[in-house]
Amino acid sequence: MLEILACPFPASLQDAGRPGYRHLGVPLSGALDPEWLALANALAGNAADAAAIEMRLAGPRLTSGTDALFAIAGEIDARIVGAAGTRAVAPWRSQRLHAGEELRIDAVKSGVAYLAFAGGIEGRRELGSRSRYERADLGSPCLPGVALKVGAGATAIPRRLGLLPAQGDGPIRVIPGPQHERFSDAAWHSFLSSEFVVGREADRMGLRLDGPRLEHVGGADIVSDAVTPGAIQVPGDGRPIVLLADCQTVGGYAKIATVIGADLPRLGHALPGTRLRFAAVTLAAALTARQEAALALAASLDAIVPDTAEPDLAALYGANLIDGVIDATH
Amino acid sequence: MNQHLRELGDGALTLEFGERIDPDANARVMAARDALQALGLDGVTDLVPTWRSLTVHFDPLRLSHEALRRALLQAAAQESALATRRSVAPTVVPVCFGGEFGPDLAEVAATTGRSEGEVVAALCAVDLRVALIGFLPGFPYLGGLPDWLDLPRRATPRTTVPANSFAIAGGQAAIYPWQSPGGWHLLGRTPLRLFDPDNAERPARFAPGDVLRIEAIAPDEFESLRQHLRHA
Repeated sequence: MLEILACPFPASLQDAGRPGYRHLGVPLSGALDPEWLALANALAGNAADAAAIEMRLAGPRLTSGTDALFAIAGEIDARIVGAAGTRAVAPWRSQRLHAGEELRIDAVKSGVAYLAFAGGIEGRRELGSRSRYERADLGSPCLPGVALKVGAGATAIPRRLGLLPAQGDGPIRVIPGPQHERFSDAAWHSFLSSEFVVGREADRMGLRLDGPRLEHVGGADIVSDAVTPGAIQVPGDGRPIVLLADCQTVGGYAKIATVIGADLPRLGHALPGTRLRFAAVTLAAALTARQEAALALAASLDAIVPDTAEPDLAALYGANLIDGVIDATH
Repeated sequence: MNQHLRELGDGALTLEFGERIDPDANARVMAARDALQALGLDGVTDLVPTWRSLTVHFDPLRLSHEALRRALLQAAAQESALATRRSVAPTVVPVCFGGEFGPDLAEVAATTGRSEGEVVAALCAVDLRVALIGFLPGFPYLGGLPDWLDLPRRATPRTTVPANSFAIAGGQAAIYPWQSPGGWHLLGRTPLRLFDPDNAERPARFAPGDVLRIEAIAPDEFESLRQHLRHA
């Protein structure tokens, strides 16, 4: 059993999401970066879709009633505080948290990070998912005083990551949206040639972007149709909103473009102030990118090995240049 | 009726039957939804109908765009859609109108030049069809209002609309399953539980295509029904 001592607001329990209920207005939800969720889970010896704590900016302080094995995917400042003193916590490998010790995730430096426990965190499972969706009170909240059960698996062997999947650092790739013809040529050109900055309104529902105003042809409002994470809708003020995992199921604004599936995990790392550029690709290119991303993730999962020695972090980062994860401008 | 296929990213396709709120388009949407559902295509995760479109969310690594396009165009060609518009048995929805339950009933009556009783009677006399669910989990957009009840939204939206409110705006009716902000005219409230996360088969009381029949109830009936449903 985990006891949450403190949990900053943006942290939430997430798994692979809640597909199958969007016709009833229930958002997809799930991890903003499903690849890193899968890696955190694999390091903890779990199935890829087990629930873990998604952390932005900072993570929780928590204790475990019994010895537990955990792993973090993402760049963090974290430590374990116990009777025997304090020890540092490294990401990308599993580590033990002994009964009564306190795990403190002080800072998340990679936009988003995942904290998985061996056995999986067993919060409320509703409509096939443990993902937290605040507005309909689905899934367990991550709040001080909340006790979260951890499934069997604390005896799992420690593992470490041998190969971090590169997330790319080019522009975010899009294909033209369902209402791209509702924008002037100038707006489309401006969308693809300008730099946008993620504004203060940025959460799991979406990111509002600051940049050039995108001008409509014939108004911004449409009779609502379905939206999806990655859809870029533009309200009447001309400021685009990129939708993310907790977005509503339908929307009434024209959508200029949709981020391709392969680049959605990268968007999940964006924070207020993150600079973004967009590039148009063909559907065929989007599908190829999806396949490549799936293969790269599989290769990383295959390269998770028993942890027999201290990990060589320098070699790990040198091999993959993950800088692009944090700033997707270049 | 013309239809278009539109790409919503690489993992969703939208079949569009028009750009306006149109009951005929919605009937085509539901017919296409039924036809596609019957195919049981592997890799499809969600079928989302709206007033005028059907969106298929799918895994493109399991189902090719080409195969889905073919299936969607075939589903769209259900020419018999209008003729076979499903005759669904209406679900009776008890609503307590006016007073604290429907603070805008008097104003709506005044605006439309009818009595409160006439507004309520008109709402109880029509079949309301669920065109889509959206905005919030389980929030139904209902078509079928008489034309004279087509009112714009309130100039100033409320920051808090109580859960279970029955409301109208923009030629549609709706029932709020959750407390939320909202700009619709609040006419009444239903004691029914509208969303149950423990019912994985059917968490939302209403689904696209359902037909609702409103039944006016008195405040004491509202209270006893609510007590009864809470303990049921």
